[in-house]
Amino acid sequence: MSDVQRFEHGSRVPGWDDAADLTKDPAVIPDPQTTPVPAELRTQIEAEMARYPAGRERAATIPALWAVQRHYGWCTPEGIVQAACVLEMTPAELIAVATFYDMFETRPVGRNTVYVCTNISCSLCGADELLAALRDEIGEDPDVNLRGFECLGACDIAPMASVNGAYIGPISLDEVPELARQIREGAEPLPAKRLVLRPSADPKVSASTPEDA
Amino acid sequence: MTDILLFRDIDEPGLATIDVYERRGGYQALRTALKTDPAELIETLKGSGLRGRGGAGFPMGLKASFIPQGDMQKYVVVNADESEPGTFKDRELMQKNPHQLIEGVIIAAYAVGATKSFIYIRGEYEEQADILDAAVQEAYAKGYLGENVAGSGVELSLHVQRGAGAYICGEETGLLDSLEGRRGNPRLKPPFPANAGLFQGPTLINNVETLSALPHIVELGAETYSAIGVANSSGTKLISISGNVQRPGNYEIELGMSSRDIIYGLAGGPPEGREVKFWFPGGSSSPVLTADDLDVGYDFDSIAKAGSMLGSGAIIVVDDSQSVVDVCLKLAHFYAHESCGKCTPCREGTNWTEKMLGRVKDGTATPMDLDIMASVQQRIIGNCLCVLGDAMAMPVSSMIAKFRGEFEAHIEAARAAADRAAVGVAG
Repeated sequence: MSDVQRFEHGSRVPGWDDAADLTKDPAVIPDPQTTPVPAELRTQIEAEMARYPAGRERAATIPALWAVQRHYGWCTPEGIVQAACVLEMTPAELIAVATFYDMFETRPVGRNTVYVCTNISCSLCGADELLAALRDEIGEDPDVNLRGFECLGACDIAPMASVNGAYIGPISLDEVPELARQIREGAEPLPAKRLVLRPSADPKVSASTPEDA
Repeated sequence: MTDILLFRDIDEPGLATIDVYERRGGYQALRTALKTDPAELIETLKGSGLRGRGGAGFPMGLKASFIPQGDMQKYVVVNADESEPGTFKDRELMQKNPHQLIEGVIIAAYAVGATKSFIYIRGEYEEQADILDAAVQEAYAKGYLGENVAGSGVELSLHVQRGAGAYICGEETGLLDSLEGRRGNPRLKPPFPANAGLFQGPTLINNVETLSALPHIVELGAETYSAIGVANSSGTKLISISGNVQRPGNYEIELGMSSRDIIYGLAGGPPEGREVKFWFPGGSSSPVLTADDLDVGYDFDSIAKAGSMLGSGAIIVVDDSQSVVDVCLKLAHFYAHESCGKCTPCREGTNWTEKMLGRVKDGTATPMDLDIMASVQQRIIGNCLCVLGDAMAMPVSSMIAKFRGEFEAHIEAARAAADRAAVGVAG
């Protein structure tokens, strides 16, 4: 029998090395007197809070985390404390939410977000090869946050990617160098392949429009 | 000739703007609805036979009738989280015709007496959310939303809330928790959202496509609408076809059409020289069907009789060049990644299924692992608060049952290859 593999801290699972410090008081709602919040961030979060019924303002956690991510590029610890201060929640409650959702980044990442869908329909059409090629082409660029992502809801343009929110596809491997260059330079990615420009696939639809017009 | 309802004028330039939508007859159904008694409107919805288009297929009118009467704060929530792999119909509806959805929301809110409504859209759909935001602002400016909806004295607010990437938020109670600002963990039911939903208030929660059909039902009347399609599956349905087909995309069909006509006729079938190996009839959560099932009618009852489900209406076609092991592993990986972790059978079951399939793939499994895997699936189904675990267990079970020979052959081949590699390294 081989020995059970253990991490440095003795556990069989990673990430359990930071034991709770029981001598410290639990984290509380940050004190507005000692927590400066950038005015722009405060305005955005307060506007979101106003959309919910009185007493239910905590519903604005997800929009608040989006505001933090827009402001700092990722959900930074200080950004989370600032949002918690405005929302009157503890930072831990916000961290619990931030770590649940795939699109919230809790580690520093590049500002250009590129998701390549690697779910069933896209992988049937070559998504894994697309992701590998894009990874090779982009390399270790600190400005690019390239991730394989679960179904992005655009299986009709498989294999596809979302570049800073813009859906493009189908992307052929020949187009990868051009796409990588556009991502690096901040240019519009593969403009001709934008999903929003794509007509409906249903032939009845194109047939119906002229006679109705 | 199939009726075109949801996709009517869908490629008309500017349809996403209120001017073009109104010129095309938009918001007329709302005016008709506002002149009708809410109870009568719910009867119309019931009579239309419209079943939910999100996946479960629950009768929409019946769901609306569960909302209690009274003066408490009620809500309408639109499930625009569309995250079922293979499904992309709501995306096209919201992007190209957002006012059709908004009109449907207002009709539904009026029918159940809700004064606040939310559209919860998945965070990845940034372009669609921007379009919806603009359309909602237009509807406010034109007086279709706000304190006096179209001069009727009825009040309704509508807000577009963006998610942040989690499949589980498409589950209605997970969605409600997310909308309340928490992790998207499903709730114990009952109570159902109709009694205790958003902020514990009575909540009608429906899919984008379901609500987008409402203006058409009001316009046509229950009788005409229910005459479209077949018994127990009335109306038109948007289907998303993807995978190994020549013309992937969204198509509006009359329910009951033959699956072969959809896959081969509309979508052009698999690429030249390839055959259909198997297909998912209703998103990746539905048990797979094979080429033998192509003549099944595409409606709720016929697909159920064939041993699967219509689900979200997303057909994924897999051709004979693909390995069932790869597809199965992709699928298990997805559900293991998306399991919220609240219920043990799902959290552990999806995780271990993925690991076992990984062993099948790399040649360290034995044929007995297939039996263990099949029994794990049976221990997930029906044992959790929501159906995410079932959504993996059902297709995985069906793939093992229908392609067991291929799994066994793969195990043998991969093990032989691994052994050869090990000998090569040692030598």
